[in-house]
Amino acid sequence: MSVMKRVSLIFRAKANRALDRMEDPRETLDYSYQQQVEMLTRVRRGVADVATSRKRVELQMNSLQKEVTRRDNQARDALAKNREDLARAALQSKASLQGQLNDLQVQYSSLQEQEEKLTLASQRLQAKVDAFRTRKETIKATYTAAEAQTRINEAFSGISEEMGDIGLAIQRAEDKTAQMQARAGAIDELLASGALEDHVGGTPDHIQAELDQIGAGSGIEAELARMRGELEASAPRQIESSANGDAPGSTGAPTAERPQAGDGS
Amino acid sequence: MIVRILGEGQFKVGDEAAAKLAVLDKDLDAAVEASDEAAFKAVLGASARLVRESGTRVPDEEFVTADFILPFADATVAEVRKLLADGKIPGDAVGLT
Repeated sequence: MSVMKRVSLIFRAKANRALDRMEDPRETLDYSYQQQVEMLTRVRRGVADVATSRKRVELQMNSLQKEVTRRDNQARDALAKNREDLARAALQSKASLQGQLNDLQVQYSSLQEQEEKLTLASQRLQAKVDAFRTRKETIKATYTAAEAQTRINEAFSGISEEMGDIGLAIQRAEDKTAQMQARAGAIDELLASGALEDHVGGTPDHIQAELDQIGAGSGIEAELARMRGELEASAPRQIESSANGDAPGSTGAPTAERPQAGDGS
Repeated sequence: MIVRILGEGQFKVGDEAAAKLAVLDKDLDAAVEASDEAAFKAVLGASARLVRESGTRVPDEEFVTADFILPFADATVAEVRKLLADGKIPGDAVGLT
């Protein structure tokens, strides 16, 4: 049998069971309306929960992004200081962090989508509930209990389907949020424990520690070089500074010649 | 014919689209039976597109029940199986569960 037909029958059966339980049809209207208003509160809370979850993931993504950038800078720093081993370690750590970040990005998009859908669903339900209230008052004012039955059944079945739809949508959103919270909790723990500080070594960020150590030594060297340069610049002799200037100047010249070499080959 | 897409609301669909939908529904059933996730996703997507594109939204003040109900457009086979098996729908108009 068909899937779409079967699902519609499940919804209908649910509405019928509920209708059968009701003694006075007009009472059904008021009771149902109360339930609808409660459902509206629930769906709005659902939207808020998904939004909270999404914001949490966003904060975590920011933290992870900072770590990724820091590892990248460390790798560059390490290479500049001829420490390929440290650069490699920093890049390994960066790759692992980037993996987690990509994973969070996917989760974030999915939560965002969930939030948008649920927001639309809550707007739809609001409109339907408003229409139901009007219908309810009309039925109560115009018909006797006996006459009202058909119209009540109609309105009730219609709203029941809408409520079932929203109920399932909320359940899905709750499942998604619960899944996300478990993952987010794990990442929060990682961030808090400082494990993200150092994926490679056992001690808190040994890469940075070693770089700092080198940095302390090479910082002095760099300062000496800078001072030497300043002294030479102020001196009349230009030989050494022009020799230093050779490197950047020479990069421009070959690029002009390269197209010719390319044509020849 | 009235068709609901779960999470998206009700649409009024013409005879031609309804006939196409009935064919897609058979494919959907086969995909669920075979647990063929890729086929299921493709057929469900095509069905939802057909309803959205050829149907018109049922106005809020109309209270009607759908002849066909499509699962959430991003549903999985497992999700649909569960719905069909236990028939549990949370929060109807009488008792919030």
